[in-house]
Amino acid sequence: MAAILLASCAKQKPGSEFVVKIGSVAPLTGPQSHLGKDNDNGVRLAAEEINASGLVIGGKKTRIEVLSEDDQADPRTATIVAQKLVDEGVNGVVGHFNSGTSIPASRIYSDAGIPQISPSATATTYTGQGFETTFRVVTNDRQQGEALAKFAVGTLHARTIAIIDDRTAYGQGIADEFEKDAKAEGAALVAHEFTSDHATDFTAILTSIKGKNPDLIFYGGMDAQAGPMMKQMRNLGMKMAFLGADGSKSPEFIKLAGASAEGAYASAPGLPLDKMPGGKAFVERFTAKYGKIQLYSPYSFDATMALVNAMKQAGSTDPSRYLPALSKIKMDGVTGPISFDSKGDIMHGAVTLYQVRNGSWIALP
Amino acid sequence: MKKALKRGLYAVLLALLPFATGMAFGKTWVRILDFALLYVMLALGLNIVVGFAGLLDLGYVAFFAVGAYCYALLASPHFGLHLPFWLILPIGAFAAGIFGMLLGAPTLRLRGDYLAIVTLGFGEIIRIFLNNLDTPYNITGGPQGIDMIDPIRLGSFSLNQPTSHTVYSYYFLFLFFALATAFVSMRLQHSRIGRAWAAIREDEIAAEAMGINTRNVKLLAFAMGASFGGLSGGLFAGFEGFVSPESFTLMESIMILSMVVLGGMGHIRGVIFGAVLLSILPEALRYVGPIEQSLFGKIVVDPSSLRMLLFGLALILVMLLRPAGLWPSPARKRELLAHGETAKHENTNIYDAGR
Amino acid sequence: MDTFLQQLINGIVLGSIYSLVALGYTLVYGIMGLINFAHGDIVMVGAMVTLTVTRLLANSGLPGPLILGIGVLTAIPACMAVGYLVERIAYRPLRNAPRLAPLITAIGVSILLQNLAMMLWGREYLSFPQILPAQTMAVGGASISTIQLVIVASSCIMMAGLSWLIRKTRLGNAMRATAQNPEVATLMGVNVNTIISITFVLGSALAATAGMMVSAYYGIAHYDMGFILGLKAFTAAVLGGIGNIEGAMLGGLLLGVIESMGAGYLGTLTGGIMGSNYQDVFAFFVLILVLVFRPSGLLGERVGERP
Repeated sequence: MAAILLASCAKQKPGSEFVVKIGSVAPLTGPQSHLGKDNDNGVRLAAEEINASGLVIGGKKTRIEVLSEDDQADPRTATIVAQKLVDEGVNGVVGHFNSGTSIPASRIYSDAGIPQISPSATATTYTGQGFETTFRVVTNDRQQGEALAKFAVGTLHARTIAIIDDRTAYGQGIADEFEKDAKAEGAALVAHEFTSDHATDFTAILTSIKGKNPDLIFYGGMDAQAGPMMKQMRNLGMKMAFLGADGSKSPEFIKLAGASAEGAYASAPGLPLDKMPGGKAFVERFTAKYGKIQLYSPYSFDATMALVNAMKQAGSTDPSRYLPALSKIKMDGVTGPISFDSKGDIMHGAVTLYQVRNGSWIALP
Repeated sequence: MKKALKRGLYAVLLALLPFATGMAFGKTWVRILDFALLYVMLALGLNIVVGFAGLLDLGYVAFFAVGAYCYALLASPHFGLHLPFWLILPIGAFAAGIFGMLLGAPTLRLRGDYLAIVTLGFGEIIRIFLNNLDTPYNITGGPQGIDMIDPIRLGSFSLNQPTSHTVYSYYFLFLFFALATAFVSMRLQHSRIGRAWAAIREDEIAAEAMGINTRNVKLLAFAMGASFGGLSGGLFAGFEGFVSPESFTLMESIMILSMVVLGGMGHIRGVIFGAVLLSILPEALRYVGPIEQSLFGKIVVDPSSLRMLLFGLALILVMLLRPAGLWPSPARKRELLAHGETAKHENTNIYDAGR
Repeated sequence: MDTFLQQLINGIVLGSIYSLVALGYTLVYGIMGLINFAHGDIVMVGAMVTLTVTRLLANSGLPGPLILGIGVLTAIPACMAVGYLVERIAYRPLRNAPRLAPLITAIGVSILLQNLAMMLWGREYLSFPQILPAQTMAVGGASISTIQLVIVASSCIMMAGLSWLIRKTRLGNAMRATAQNPEVATLMGVNVNTIISITFVLGSALAATAGMMVSAYYGIAHYDMGFILGLKAFTAAVLGGIGNIEGAMLGGLLLGVIESMGAGYLGTLTGGIMGSNYQDVFAFFVLILVLVFRPSGLLGERVGERP
């Protein structure tokens, strides 16, 4: 054991380059691992591009090294991994993927004074703990729920709404915010049903919703459930609109729902990639290297860029020196303009709505 | 005299262990040690039910959850309560004990695999309730869990230090409780009750004929085992500062059971060994990536998938080579090494009531 | 539309899938008293193999049902091989070991199979090509699709076939003899090792079929799909009386209907306090009730103390 550990600690590339270590944490095993790997790839692409173009921080030639860790979407493992990254002296962390892992880990990063940017944790409590080191580059549930509700009631004119959530921190969080805002906008909630993030059969809850015939069904949860759900909905002859949040807006969703995906709506934080300077190029480079973008790799890419830009501005890779620069940062990422409010949430987080048309997600104006 | 010396030596070793570990491998491994101690408590608790009394329990993590949520609810801004830990820990252990009895009572007549599925169901029921009791009244925080839980405080000294000595202070607290549970386990095993459990495990009908009140004795096993789990859960909540239902899944129950069986059911030292081994192994396997890198110069197989693969393989291999566990009790070893009929009789009878 | 009838149909279809998987559990348990925790993962292997073959042939112009047939005919031998290997390597050496030892190896096998599948087929959720026509017909105000009918029918056929095999054939005799007393069976000229291997292979073939149905019906396959499915099926097997073929069928159907009805009506029954989020609680609660009043399951025999 000792030899193994020493080997891993002593691993340092030769040369006079200065090395800045960035931790990347996401579930790399388990049911969400395809999304976790996607996040990790976003960080890796950012690091490779920065390294290729040559990075100079504070007058010193610097190279980025990415340390990827698997937190298995488990809160306990998340704290071990966080500690491991702190021990290995990372200068910043991109992660974690889930809210349930980002929250307990944030305490450890905060104690160590290391900035953490989550590319995908949306629970409001994550940035509500009062830690200076906690940031995110996605809109939180409150911001997204409000935009979704406005769209459902204002644009789609849904008078009666049914909600399904998957009883995970993510699904329940976004569903509750949506419910609150949709009611405030004047829609009536006719049913709130539940499923789980392991489920494949939704016919029972869909059947009971069918009896109440709402104008729109909102699903708070991930693509792996949303796809089959949409399919089963159409098979049951239910023709109402289907609206999901960012967890559903993936190519997986379209693959899984097949022809039934046509017409589904979903939101995603930020601006459409093709509207952003460099967004289109990002898609091309990412796809060439890792295949299709799943969900949050553009955000983990931006999170990495934000860390590095803050280091450049402060002229230092020391967390305590570049943290003030990070909290005041203003930059254009591939997902939109990035700057943080006093809590660490992304400021003026835009939310874009998409619809499946001819088998792909098209941004709605 | 010699015994005292030996004990003293152990004490010094255990006291120095975290510092040596911290210096050699970093605080991560001290944190892993902390969790290992929590798992020692859990495994010892489950060992009372499975190892001593021979009742297969697949939902043990429920008691861990009860303890953790007791702590979280009584010491966090969630309800605005901030009771001291020496008051909450007994409450958590007691509550878990009550839940243990609740589980035990209807399942007394069940044996073997039927008991396994009911306990499994019970574990899931507890988790589902924790996950859903945010409506109509917000009791457990639902899927969001409860955060900002108070750290454990000894007098005015908080074990949570921003200078990140946290992992060391918790080590000693957990060590104290782990040793205490081991001590209680040991005394229980050789007490009247412990012998009654053994009698039930070996042959329930004979035990009943000997005048043992099997109902009460089994309930006691469930309650005792559960309260160990509750205690450990309280410590977990204080250490982590955050609890959510994701931490209390079926996989966690299976893990704790694996610790007991792999270490050597019914043998306290074996169980402790199993708990330490299984909490360290998956973390140690995180280093397969760097090893691959240094052996082949590149990553051949994705280390994250290889990690769990090796873990599964290790479980299989250990059981094939040491079916009674890595460190079975001497009595158990004798039975296994016995010849012919005796061995067969022993092997088909122990821990398999209802077969 | 008749909601109640539709919920009943939903439940029966879901239940048929549970039954099919439960048959595999109950078969192995009946013969050797072992909970084969890896059974759900063999179902997953079946789904993955069928999916791979179906994807290869999807554009070949062959009719959909034929492609699916080729797929499942590839999956069955593949799963049989996996089942045989698992028994040979992980269970057979432990036949005389303490009871819980094979339980741990089973968990190990389950983790191993999942991670191997993850390396082979990747982490993504795989979608099943839409090769079967999605026809639905109306039955008394509710709708039922062709594939749902196929699932229920094949599940019934397989149960009947298995039941016949065990009661009427020489192999079945040998299996029942092994289940009752392996030593005496050996004396009677039964090769116990062969019988146990056959049981596993048979169970795995059923698992392959179940895997094909699950992935074709839901249109999705993933390397960890087997665990929850296996758990539900195991619950179903115990509910019906583990070790009993008809029990597995009944338990599966019952569990499916309970879940459907629970999700559909729990909210109304409890005045909105508990909804479909307590669907699984409801299922487990019924299980506990059944076992408290009938400790050996609905159709299980009341066995006395056996040495």
